[in-house]
Amino acid sequence: MSVNKCCCECTDVRDAKLQEIIDKYKDTKGALIQVLHEAQELYGYLPLEVQKKISEGLNVPLTEIYGVVTFYTQFSLKPKGKYRIQVCMGTACYVKGSGMILDKLKEKLGIDVGDCTEDRLFSLHACRCIGACGLAPALMVNDEVYGRLTEKDLDDIIEKYRKLDAESNQ
Amino acid sequence: MQIFRAHVLVCGGTGCTSSNSPKIAEEFEVQLKKNNLENEVKVVKTGCFGLCAEGPVIVVYPEGAMYTMVKVEDVKEIVEEHLLKGRLVKRLLAGNDEFDYNFFKKQMRVALRNCGRINPESIEEYIAFDGYQALAKVLTEMTPEQVIDTIKRSGLRGRGGAGFPTGLKWEFARKSQDDQKYVCCNADEGDPGAFMDRSILEGDPHSVLEAMAIAGYAIGANQGYIYIRAEYPIAVNRLRIAIDQAKEYGLLGKNIFGTGFDFDIEIRLGAGAFVCGEETALMTSIEGKRGEPRPRPPFPAVKGLWQKPTILNNVETYANIPVIILKGPEWFASIGTERSKGTKVFAVGGKINNTGLVEIPMGTTLREIVYDIGGGIPNGKKFKAAQTGGPSGGCIPASLIDTPIDYDSLAQVGSMMGSGGLIIMDEDTCMVDIAKFFLEFTVEESCGKCPPCRIGTKRMLEILERITGGKGEEGDIEKLEILAKNIKAAALCGLGQTAPNPVLSTLRYFRDEYIAHVRDKKCPAGVCKSMMHYVINADLCKSCGICARNCPVGAIKGERKVPYEIDQEKCIKCGACMEKCPFKAIFKNA
Repeated sequence: MSVNKCCCECTDVRDAKLQEIIDKYKDTKGALIQVLHEAQELYGYLPLEVQKKISEGLNVPLTEIYGVVTFYTQFSLKPKGKYRIQVCMGTACYVKGSGMILDKLKEKLGIDVGDCTEDRLFSLHACRCIGACGLAPALMVNDEVYGRLTEKDLDDIIEKYRKLDAESNQ
Repeated sequence: MQIFRAHVLVCGGTGCTSSNSPKIAEEFEVQLKKNNLENEVKVVKTGCFGLCAEGPVIVVYPEGAMYTMVKVEDVKEIVEEHLLKGRLVKRLLAGNDEFDYNFFKKQMRVALRNCGRINPESIEEYIAFDGYQALAKVLTEMTPEQVIDTIKRSGLRGRGGAGFPTGLKWEFARKSQDDQKYVCCNADEGDPGAFMDRSILEGDPHSVLEAMAIAGYAIGANQGYIYIRAEYPIAVNRLRIAIDQAKEYGLLGKNIFGTGFDFDIEIRLGAGAFVCGEETALMTSIEGKRGEPRPRPPFPAVKGLWQKPTILNNVETYANIPVIILKGPEWFASIGTERSKGTKVFAVGGKINNTGLVEIPMGTTLREIVYDIGGGIPNGKKFKAAQTGGPSGGCIPASLIDTPIDYDSLAQVGSMMGSGGLIIMDEDTCMVDIAKFFLEFTVEESCGKCPPCRIGTKRMLEILERITGGKGEEGDIEKLEILAKNIKAAALCGLGQTAPNPVLSTLRYFRDEYIAHVRDKKCPAGVCKSMMHYVINADLCKSCGICARNCPVGAIKGERKVPYEIDQEKCIKCGACMEKCPFKAIFKNA
C-alpha cells in the first residue's frame, strides 16, 4: 500500500476507518456510492488499493467499482491539490465570463484543468453549477465560495492561500 | 413559549451564505445581547428569499423591512436604530423606502411559501405554518383513491421538465400490484444555472418529506428515497436534520398518527453525473451502479427501483402537494392557464439586474419576468434572448418576449418549461457560442450507452467548434440539422433526445448569426475569439505607448507622434491593450 503511506505512519488509522465505513454499509442495499463518497473524504481520492479493499469488504467485483468510480465526476483517481480551485461553468457564470476566469487561472498557475501544481498546493477544476448564480462568475476554493470575480481578484485569492499555507507550515 | 416582539430573518441560502450571512447572524446575536434585546428579538436563519443578487438579505418583522447587501459592520446600526429606536435604516432598504419592492409584486409563492419565512431546521415552525396537517388529513379522512383523484383534479404537472400529469403517474403506480413499492424524489438538479430545488430543500425541507409520505400512502409504498446532488451540502444537511426531527415526532417511521401507516425516507447522494436526473438512470444510481438509463417500457410505475413499482417526482412537484390537499384542487386549478395549473419557480440568472429565485403564476409573460420582476438588463444593453430548459431546452428571442410562460406555449416556440433555469442574454452574447456551450455539456455528460448520443453529439460539437473557430464550411449548418434530427429520433433517453434542442432553437431564430460565422467569418456579437481582432483608431491614438508596454506578446509597435499598430499575426486577443488604453482608442472588431 505505497500510495497512502505518509510520514507520520498514519496508514493504519485510515485503513481502520475505511473498514468501519465498509462495516456500516455492509447490509444496506445499493450503498456502494455512499461508501465511495466517505472513502474519498478519508483519502482525498480513490486509488486502486482503496477500491480493492472496498471490493473485498462489500463483496462487489473490482471491475464494477472501477466502473462506478470512473463514471461519476466527483470521484477521482488522481490526488488533488491542498486547495482545490473549482471554477463554476454553469450557464449564468459562463455568460458572465467564467471561461475567461478559467483561462486566466490556467495561465497564472501554469497548469491545465484537472492538474495539480508541482508543489501540490493548487489543483484546477471546471465544475458544474454550484448554484451561486446570483454571484456569477463564481469559483470555489475547497468549500469557500468567491463571487462577482474579476481578473484582479484571482491574484488576491491565490496569494491568500499561499499565505495560509505558509502559515500552516510554520 | 417565549414571545418575541420582533424577528430578524437572515437568509441562509447558498448565495447569501457565500456572501457571509452566517457571520451576520452571529453579529446580530452579539449586538442584541449588548443592547439587552436578546429576550425581545429573535434571530432566525431561513431559506432563500429569492433576491440573491442583492445578498446577503435580511428581513425584520413585524415591519417586514427588507435590508439588502448587508455587511457585518451594518448590524450594529440596524440593531441600534431599527430594533432599539424603531427607525428604519433607509440606506440599506431594498429598492426604496416602501416595502412593496417590485421584485416581489408579480410573484405568487406556493411552492416557496415557507422559504424565507421559517427556520428550516425547526419542525415546530413548519408545524406552526400548517405543516404535516395535509398528511394528517390524508391518513385520517381520505382513501388513497381520493388522494389521487384530488391531485388529478388539481391539474398539477411534473415540475422537473417534461410536465407529465402527477396524479396520473400516481394512479399507474397505485394500480401496479406488488408487495413492495417505492417513492423517489429527484433532487439531482443538474441544469446549469438552476437552483430552485436546492432553495426549497434549504428553505422548507419538511414540505418535501410530508408530500413523499402522502405519495407513499396514495400508491401503497412504505419506503422513500431522496436522490440529491453531493454538490448541495447545506441542503443535504438540512434534509438530514428534518428527517431526524420527523422521526422523533412520529411523523415518519412506524404507525404514523396511529393509523397503522408506515413510511420511512433515506437520502442517497449523487456523485456528479447529469444523466442521473433522467428517471431510469436515477434509479440505477440509487441502486449503487453506474447511472445509465434503460429503455422504457417498462415504465418505473411498473418496474422501477429494484424492479419494483416506483414513482419519481421532483422537489418542486412535491412542495406543491401539501397545499393542494389543504386548500383543495379547485383552488390550485384556479391559478395559471387552461392546461398549465399553479405556479412555477424560476432561477433567473445571466444578464439581468435582479438575479435570483422567482415564483410566478403560469401564464405570466417573459416580458413581465425580465422587466417587471427582473428589473431589466444591466448597463442599458438590449435583451436578446432567454434560455429555458438548460441543455435540453431552447431559447426565446426578443421578438417573442410576450410569450406566456406555460408548458404548451414554450413548447410551441421550440423551447421547453424545463426544471426552471431561466438565463437572460443580451446583445453581447453569441448564440452559436451558447449552442456550443450546451453541446460541450451534453458531450461531457453523455453516459456513453447509446451511439446516437455518444457519437452524434460529439460530431455536432466538432462542427460547432469549426464554425466558431472561423473554419466553418458551406453545408455545415445543414449537416447540423440532419444530425440533430437523427439524434432526436434515435437516442435512448431524454438526455440524448433533447441534446440537439439548443442548436435547433438557435438555428431557428438566429440562423443569420450562424451564416455570418460560416460565410463571412464574422462573429456579430464579438465573442468568438478567432474571428475577432483588435484595432487602434489612428485618430484617437496619442502614441503614449501604454498599450505596447502592456501587451504580453509584444504585438504592438509604434513611435512618438505616430499612431501605434497591432500586428494581427502576433496578437493573442487577450484584450489587455483595450483595457489599459487611457484614450479608449482601441476597439474590438468583429
